[in-house]
Amino acid sequence: MRHVIIGTGPAGVNAAETLRKLDANAKITLIGGEREAPYSRMAIPYVLSGAISEAGTRLRQEPGYFDRARINVISGPVARVDTQHKAVELVGGNIVEYDRLLIAAGASPIKPHVPGLDLPGVHHCWSLADMRAIEDLAGKGDNVVLMGAGFIGSIILESLKSRGVNLTVVEVEDRMVPRMLDETAGALLKSWCESKGVSVRTGTRIEKVKSGTAEGLRVHLSDGAALDARLLVVAAGVKPNTEFLIGSGVETDRGIRVDARQQTSVPDIFAAGDIVRSRDFSTGRAAVMAIQPVAVDHARIAAVNMTGGAASYQGALAMNVLDTMGLISTSFGLCDGPANAQSAIALDAGAYKYMRLEFDGNVLTGAQSLGLPEHIGVLRGFIQSRLDLGGWKERLAENPLRLAEAYVGIMNGV
Amino acid sequence: MQKALVLDAGKCTGCKQCELACSFEHEGIFNVSRSRIRVFIFEHEARFVPYTCTQCDQAWCMQVCPVGAITSDAATGVKSVNAATCVGCKVCTIACPFGTINYNAITGKVEKCDLCGGDPACARECPTGAITFIDSNLAGYEKMQDWAHKTDTAPQAAS
Amino acid sequence: MSWTKKILRVNLTTGSCTPEALNMDWARQYIGQRGLATKYLTEEIDPKVDPLSPDNKMIFATGPLTGTGASTSARYSVITKGALTGAISCSNSGGYFGNELKNAGWDMVIVEGKSPKPVYLYICNDVAELRDAAEIWGTSTWNTEEWIKKTHQDPVMRVASVGIAAENGVLYSAIVNDLHRAAGRSGVGTVMASKNLKAIGVRGTLGVGVNDPEAFMKAASAAKKVLADNAVTGVGLPTHGTQILMNVINEIGALPTRNAEDVQFENAGDISAEAMRETRRDGTTNLVANQACFGCTIACGRVSRIDQTHYTVVNRPEYWGASGGLEYEAAWALGAATGIKDLEALTYANFICNEQAIDPITFGATLGAAMELYDQGVITDEDTGGVALNMGSAEALTTMVELTGKGEGFGAVLGLGSKRLCEKYGHPELSMSVKGLEFPAYDPRGIQGIGLNYATSNRGACHVRGYTVASEVLGIPEKTDPLVTEGKAGLVKAFQDATAAVDSAGICLFTTFAWSLEDIAPQVDAACEGEWTVDSMLEAGERIWNMERKFNLAAGFTGKDDTLPRRILKDAAKTGPAKGLVSSLDKMLPEYYELRGWSADGVPSGETLSRLGL
Repeated sequence: MRHVIIGTGPAGVNAAETLRKLDANAKITLIGGEREAPYSRMAIPYVLSGAISEAGTRLRQEPGYFDRARINVISGPVARVDTQHKAVELVGGNIVEYDRLLIAAGASPIKPHVPGLDLPGVHHCWSLADMRAIEDLAGKGDNVVLMGAGFIGSIILESLKSRGVNLTVVEVEDRMVPRMLDETAGALLKSWCESKGVSVRTGTRIEKVKSGTAEGLRVHLSDGAALDARLLVVAAGVKPNTEFLIGSGVETDRGIRVDARQQTSVPDIFAAGDIVRSRDFSTGRAAVMAIQPVAVDHARIAAVNMTGGAASYQGALAMNVLDTMGLISTSFGLCDGPANAQSAIALDAGAYKYMRLEFDGNVLTGAQSLGLPEHIGVLRGFIQSRLDLGGWKERLAENPLRLAEAYVGIMNGV
Repeated sequence: MQKALVLDAGKCTGCKQCELACSFEHEGIFNVSRSRIRVFIFEHEARFVPYTCTQCDQAWCMQVCPVGAITSDAATGVKSVNAATCVGCKVCTIACPFGTINYNAITGKVEKCDLCGGDPACARECPTGAITFIDSNLAGYEKMQDWAHKTDTAPQAAS
Repeated sequence: MSWTKKILRVNLTTGSCTPEALNMDWARQYIGQRGLATKYLTEEIDPKVDPLSPDNKMIFATGPLTGTGASTSARYSVITKGALTGAISCSNSGGYFGNELKNAGWDMVIVEGKSPKPVYLYICNDVAELRDAAEIWGTSTWNTEEWIKKTHQDPVMRVASVGIAAENGVLYSAIVNDLHRAAGRSGVGTVMASKNLKAIGVRGTLGVGVNDPEAFMKAASAAKKVLADNAVTGVGLPTHGTQILMNVINEIGALPTRNAEDVQFENAGDISAEAMRETRRDGTTNLVANQACFGCTIACGRVSRIDQTHYTVVNRPEYWGASGGLEYEAAWALGAATGIKDLEALTYANFICNEQAIDPITFGATLGAAMELYDQGVITDEDTGGVALNMGSAEALTTMVELTGKGEGFGAVLGLGSKRLCEKYGHPELSMSVKGLEFPAYDPRGIQGIGLNYATSNRGACHVRGYTVASEVLGIPEKTDPLVTEGKAGLVKAFQDATAAVDSAGICLFTTFAWSLEDIAPQVDAACEGEWTVDSMLEAGERIWNMERKFNLAAGFTGKDDTLPRRILKDAAKTGPAKGLVSSLDKMLPEYYELRGWSADGVPSGETLSRLGL
């Protein structure tokens, strides 16, 4: 059996490994989109902050790892998929034939329609190549503007700040990480950032970027202000890399559509990771959820089905964790909850601590936290197992901080 | 033969000798806030429950680690964190549905129970037999595993 | 190590919280906790100070073994001039608070002055701040603990607080931590409330290091094994708690009953450890579990539930949960001293004592005295607001414990303690107290040595200053005859000095049912800098004892206060093995003074003081 995987990120690599575990004899080929050994984008900010070296971003760092696992890693990128002949055509014309194909080609950063984003000194922070460019432009004392304070933007924020730059973050929405944190938590995070010397301008749009200043760039904002900067980092969201599938017959709709087995509209073709539009655990609706845990779940389920097993996905649970200069925030599931949901809140604004739980009846459906990272994983346990909280519901509603206690209590029949 | 920590809440008195032992083993000082095993005390129910990682087969922490810093020992089944590789991204801390892998802000790495390399200090110091380190096929451990399965995000995929 | 070498000084008058270096010269002489904090206190306050004035200070102190892996490393003490007694006071508590304070990096917290308004002290490692306590003033310790944890969003924070009793001036208010562990005696909570300090909430994550880790683990492990292998600490206490003593002490005729009118209680069995395990009407038992304090491998703590059908709680589900159950002293005071056999009523009274931070020993003993006066017609229904205060009345107990906490009605009189109450009604001889502190659950007529210990105990009548019961009843370290006086002076001195050392080390006195200083010294030695041997610890213990004595003498006490209530000295035991006996204190006291190197009127000689470096 020939398994071909497009994409060498966490979804691709985990799928390859699972395939190898399930089928010792399969021929497995991993096709990378960049001229790099498999690496983790999530690790890039930690290189920028100096926590690890570039080598630390590599997936499976042990030398010869993929050879020993008999996983053939080749460089793409992929030009198109010929579903009729079960073949992948690489840019440059090489053909790779498959029996089962996994598309895990990931996503790319969105470049908004703002004049000047093509200028030198404007970068995403997505690839190792981006990272190297940022390393050159973000030195101690440099003026840097960050466009976007969403989840990825906020991770980049942390690493930029740790390089000692003068940082201004411009976010078009009214608060930081709006899709992860509610107004209270978003506002707390903003004031935390400001207390650490980061200028945060929410509700503000970057209108245009011009060059030719002493530092290089001048960033014009919707409130009329203009910021001179050596570097503008654009973190305005990502979109699935589906262009190469146009005309292939693989159905896409702002992401590849898959069934619960991670199979696409074309038999023998599966998809995993940031490129997939799959079922949201909380809403039941299809959505792209570009996070590591979901990518890994996708990969494992796809691999089982590609080797003749039967695995189905109960849905992707949205969850994120963010460390912003020492303040750890998390979110799980439905942060705002349906209209009829009941929430419980604990807040100590002075200490930057916040916990909000969302209940649907006796079940936890969502949560977010700030400054309370201990045992936080139980939130996933609660939500994903749809655990009946029983008598603990009332106690949690009264004091959301007792969540670990509640989890252990329920587990032990207390 | 794989061995497992068996936690019998019925025998626990809440003394936290396990937490003291765990922190001493890993940090060289007594500091229960750094312990990887934790005793939960339910005052009004008079129940004391020791709690730590079960080294579950699903190993969510290991699966989600973006840099492969968590590995499973084939012989013992223990999942341990390679501190040199861990970047401190904390994704494992939200992925583990038991909340038993935690971030240490001082080291900038995550920490979890590593069974002390085969001689768990918590079991050694427990005065009541509430924590034992025994053949994992024995009852009790299976109960915890059942629970692990119940919380599985992708049950079929795991089996 | 294993001191943090840091003191937090909190001036409530000015609102300042200031770190200071620990005086290591003193630490080497006084170990820690009781000894070291008493050294600080006696250096810093005028012995004649009014205990409730801003000029009194109070010290929350841990010991070098607190927070380490040594068994029973939970302990902390509160040292002050006692509100009830005017004598030096040191009240010791377990639970989890002491460990947390040490982990926050503080050997001790010295509290001085008086806050202009109610505050609580918040400590999180190096951060120490006074915060407004308006919302918790006037509420119970249970509410205070919950409120502070919630306010700081930290469910595992530890809280020590006073309840409404202290605010209402009950002179024997305790400081309660972890819901039902208490620094119980001599009114340390009253001092705290007088300073407008409602609570200390602490979170510590810094850890506790030891000097020689390998040697320490070896010593600690060996010592834990000694506890596990010992019949009392390995079986008796975990199974029955201290309540195992109820039937034992009753049998030997040393259970002070009905304000010490008798030495045996015919209903002792009904309020004993065994009774707590009996199935009740509702099919459950009073005892739910045994609970350990932090680090404790004995786990003697009782956790109880009140029978939900009992009159005290029948419509009050807030009291249906499990909470701190009866320990022997409390069961005795609330039961035997008052002639009450209703175990559930006793448990309820105990809950209230924890909830409002009342010392159950002094409360029960005071109620017993009041009941005797009521039965004699000295105290009338007019005094009690119509509550029938007959000896043996459970309703009187459960009503009065509530009123005492609230400081209402006759409760306000009970809140004075037995000495002041009995004086008020013209019968000072009916107060079963020494230096104003009610004696606990051992009658000196049936256990002669304990009488000498009561008489000479520096904080007033107290069993945990020199627990000769261990020898005279339980045969630890060797059996002595409880009915004779020979050898008791030496026994008392040895117990008192060793206890002072144990109380200064950060561990629980109950270890000494199994441990001698031979087991403790190696742990202290490995944990701490310097050389610690059995001899150096004993010497420190004797030094501490004499330092406390010096303070009391300067405070106005004299050898004449080293006595026992007339009833104990004059009225012979009516039943049991001690029948016909009184306490022969006069036969033991002179020898005791001599052994201590004190003058005939109880003043340490210059030679003694200089030998001890005082």
